[in-house]
Amino acid sequence: MRFVPRGQVSTFWTYASPVLAIVLTILSTGVIFWAMGQAPGPAAYTFLVAPLVQAGGLSALAVKAAPLIMMGAGLALCYRASVWNIGAEGQFTIGAIFAGGFALAFPDMPGWLLYPGTIMAGLIGGALMAGLVAFLRTEFNVNEILSSLMLTYVAQFLLIYLVTGPWKDPQGFGFPQTAMFSEGATTPILIEGTGVHLGCLAAPLAAIAIWALMSKSTLGFQLRVVGEAPRAARFAGFSERRLVWVALLTSGALAGLAGMFEVTGPIGQLTTQISPGYGFTAVIVAFLGRLHPIGAIFAGLLLALSYLGGDAAQIDLGLPNAVTGIFQGILLFLLLACDILILYRFQLASPRAKAIGAAE
Amino acid sequence: MLNQTAADGGPYLSLRGVTKQFPGCLANDHVDLMVGRNEIHALLGENGAGKSTLVKIIYGVLRPDEGEIVWRGEKVTVQSPAHARRLGIGMVFQHFSLFESLTVAENVALGMNDPKDRANLRERIVDISQRYGLPLSPDQTVHDLSVGERQRIEIVRCLLQNPKLLIMDEPTSVLTPQEVEKLFATLRRLASEGCSILYISHKLEEIRALCGAATIMRLGRVVAHCTPSEKSAKELAELMINAELDPPERSRRVVAKDAKPKLVVDRLTIKSPHPFGTDLKEIGFSVYPGEIVGVAGIAGNGQTELMDALSGEVPSGAPERILLDGVAIGHSGPQQRRALGGCFVPEERNGHGAIGAMTLSENAFLTASARRSLARFGFVSQARTVDFARQIIRGFDVRTTGPKAQARSLSGGNLQKFLIGREVMQAPMLLVINQPTWGVDAGAAAAIYRALAELAEKGAAVLIISQDLDEIFLVCDRVAVIAGGRLSPPIPVKQATIEQIGLVMSGAAAKSEDGASVREHA
Amino acid sequence: MNFFLTSFFVSVMASSTPLLLAATGELVTERSGVLNLGVEGMMLVGAVTGFVAGDLSGSVTLGLLAAILGGVALSAVFAFLTLTLLCNQTAAGLALTIFGRGFSSLVGAAFVGIKGPELVKLDVPGLSHIPFFGPVLFGQDALVYFSFVMLAVVAWFLYRTHAGLVLRSVGDSHDAAHAIGYSVGGIRLGAVLFGGAMAGLAGGYMSLAYSPMWAENLTAGRGWIALALVVFATWRPAWLLGGAYLFGAIMYLSLYVQGIGVAIPSPFISALPYIVTVVVLAVISRDRRRVRLNQPACLGRPFYAGA
Repeated sequence: MRFVPRGQVSTFWTYASPVLAIVLTILSTGVIFWAMGQAPGPAAYTFLVAPLVQAGGLSALAVKAAPLIMMGAGLALCYRASVWNIGAEGQFTIGAIFAGGFALAFPDMPGWLLYPGTIMAGLIGGALMAGLVAFLRTEFNVNEILSSLMLTYVAQFLLIYLVTGPWKDPQGFGFPQTAMFSEGATTPILIEGTGVHLGCLAAPLAAIAIWALMSKSTLGFQLRVVGEAPRAARFAGFSERRLVWVALLTSGALAGLAGMFEVTGPIGQLTTQISPGYGFTAVIVAFLGRLHPIGAIFAGLLLALSYLGGDAAQIDLGLPNAVTGIFQGILLFLLLACDILILYRFQLASPRAKAIGAAE
Repeated sequence: MLNQTAADGGPYLSLRGVTKQFPGCLANDHVDLMVGRNEIHALLGENGAGKSTLVKIIYGVLRPDEGEIVWRGEKVTVQSPAHARRLGIGMVFQHFSLFESLTVAENVALGMNDPKDRANLRERIVDISQRYGLPLSPDQTVHDLSVGERQRIEIVRCLLQNPKLLIMDEPTSVLTPQEVEKLFATLRRLASEGCSILYISHKLEEIRALCGAATIMRLGRVVAHCTPSEKSAKELAELMINAELDPPERSRRVVAKDAKPKLVVDRLTIKSPHPFGTDLKEIGFSVYPGEIVGVAGIAGNGQTELMDALSGEVPSGAPERILLDGVAIGHSGPQQRRALGGCFVPEERNGHGAIGAMTLSENAFLTASARRSLARFGFVSQARTVDFARQIIRGFDVRTTGPKAQARSLSGGNLQKFLIGREVMQAPMLLVINQPTWGVDAGAAAAIYRALAELAEKGAAVLIISQDLDEIFLVCDRVAVIAGGRLSPPIPVKQATIEQIGLVMSGAAAKSEDGASVREHA
Repeated sequence: MNFFLTSFFVSVMASSTPLLLAATGELVTERSGVLNLGVEGMMLVGAVTGFVAGDLSGSVTLGLLAAILGGVALSAVFAFLTLTLLCNQTAAGLALTIFGRGFSSLVGAAFVGIKGPELVKLDVPGLSHIPFFGPVLFGQDALVYFSFVMLAVVAWFLYRTHAGLVLRSVGDSHDAAHAIGYSVGGIRLGAVLFGGAMAGLAGGYMSLAYSPMWAENLTAGRGWIALALVVFATWRPAWLLGGAYLFGAIMYLSLYVQGIGVAIPSPFISALPYIVTVVVLAVISRDRRRVRLNQPACLGRPFYAGA
């Protein structure tokens, strides 16, 4: 058995590969449920279907998907430019800290000024954090994978310091959390009676905006060229340095915005636990969405479901909610594996096939 | 019986009916080849004639679909390069299989499968290299060595295993004439000591000077066996490309006395940004409207650096080192240079001039967005871009399925036509091309030459950087030579001979009398 | 003071050992031209399989073997994805880390808070009780010594054996190695599995020796620091030793300073190792030419042999 290059991209498999990966992931998850002593069918139902059909299921999905879509779309842009930002979690955290800090600093500012200010603070926070990565990469040649990840740990410790130290709520009974944000700094709910907030609308809009940028604009073209062939980008006169900055600032700002929506919306304050690893899951969202911002919308919904499913598995089946992590990891493995079908054909061994790749 | 023939000095290696099919291309079609003991045998053919495929089969890199190989009287199936080496077959590749970060001795050791061959390796390297006039020091790191020295490593690596057959794939394309002479002396000595040599080349004079027998291939088939010294170069060439060789005598343009140069390069000195690149030293020349100037030279003498400096990928020391139509552009980026009318085609098509994974229309947008107004308000104008790509495809006879085809789906020649078309159709004032027909079939090459001539007729200045002297003599009006990062003053092609230019290429001419005479002509 | 110094050195050695083990494995992997970013994931899987096997069997040795196997298994998945299916190595490495996190917290959920078996420290009668030098030189657990031995073996292998030369050559130019007739895929598979074994062992050290217990996300980014260490060492084994002990010391120091109650807020001290990593990377990477000179030229590039 071997793989033979197709010589061109298979359009069919570009779309079929994630579907195949999802199917295989569901099967694998079933096997894991079975290994843990659950009946695979009902367990898979609990994990993947039950969260949607129960009351409020869809709005819960939208709330979980919002940060994933927003960050996934930003990362898709980044990865297209071959800028491997894996520190969205840290940028999310700093965005949340900036937004929270702004909200706490000016609780009495009029709402029409306070809320936009909070949004700006979130955007700036995330962009600054990613900008640090860009600075290290362009000025010091530091690998952005390592720096963005290390800074994620730093961001987490900064958050812990703030909510256990200077920003701790004096009336919070010693819990590591800030005071609740004032009314004016709270993200508005869009659908009364549900948790669906402004961020749930902003996320797909952001994805569409990124899509337009990537596929229609000159800047998006330049980002794609620098990611695909840096030498060709130089030849055409595109500044790699500038594009690295653009990619990181954009994805960082979006992650910061996601953090801002999360803490001013569903959470309403800063605590030590503001994200169940959204920033890392967003990496999977980007890949599952074919590094395409619109794809990130669908991928974000699926991975949001894996969070809901993890909670459901914990409550209804008594399984650890780490099932979510396993599901996500397997999904990414299988997705990468299935992607070979886009560029290669699967063929049983034959002497003729053997020589094709070796030929010039 | 076969054994007997081998012992008699009959064929050492013989191939019968070797056939190799690649998707869409019959690379070898029932090829027969016989190499005798002590023989230096030429395998002659154009790019794409199937020479490389054939020797890869002999060396065990590829397996034939059909046919047999008889080696020293026995039918063999060469399983792998290691197996070939055990059989006594050594090969020096056109693209060396060397490891840049390792030393000479380590590189040689990697070619030895048998641990006992690796004993006392350094002494033996020194010994062999002295015996055959291939000076090498075992502890030098490869990336510090010249192309000629690198080739010596490959040869020494082969010789250490006492090969009975040495295959050399285009060994002289990277050597100066002086180095070529030394190599030939080594090869003749080897042959006299009983090692047969299979020598692959498309350079006719070389083959006539060196080889005792020749097999000529065309489009995967053997078209002739002959004794090269009995044929003229012209006869060999006609066998090789099956057409009467009569290059159309182009009317050489004479630049008007009062014309102002479109491109002026003045004392351009640039340190190469690559750790192992060539620095440019005091380069100066001009290109006038309506003429084609050629820069000849052996690979690695600063051509890439010169191209990067002209296209703007690497900035020059001061803005006025390069003038485009009188404007100092030494510090301008590629986009500004294009806006002023400079267009460029780099040597490497995939990943430099074009992006393989993108469509032709996206590749058209890559460099033509400003001059052809393909962008509006920061957005790509899809209709205009596709239309422009379609114009290139039509105008330059690019064989493809259309503007939506991926660049990597095109053959080398077609992609090159597309890239040259992309620049020519931007109506440049100056066009610079590095290796215009590298790896391109004869038909596409002819089309490219035509397009360049037409562009020059219209009054553009054209600069060609090429390793192929024949090409330069065919299309250029003036020629300069780059060697060691220095450029000789351009002289009219009519007053130059290939021998003269070849001498300058070796870098020796600057001091010799021949060099002085070259300068006089300029 | 002497007591302080002794315990300081002993603790630094313990906190440096997992870094050294994992980085030694990754160095070999990267020297063959493969960038496996999944060190953190392999360490976590090694840590949890090691702890569970150790706890269930009561044997530290079995636990460590299980840790190695866990790391190898995960690296085999990576090898399959990147060497056979030619996946993007960056993405596959991230997948490894994400999966490793999920897998370890799922498997380890039932074992949180249990005290497991602990790797014993060497006790040589007489020698181990010499002040300072005794505990530092003769009072460590076996893996501390093993980490030195492995580093020496790797250095010897890479620079003194033919097989090591072949491995380096594959990292330098897989095309040339293939043309000469070496099996690029086979050699890289070996290097990736070795990296997995060492990362797994490093994880096992965390859960069976460093802090003999299981907690979610036990390795806390050490896998990533090990990756940074390989860059820090510019792919040379000798430098790895210095780097591992530098970072080990900083990691221990941040614990120690918190223990003695210095006035600096503890989150800042906890963040120190990560900040230092970034700063050190900036200093090392600044000289592009030097990095390019030492970095395996084929690092991260997939190889399609066609045969």
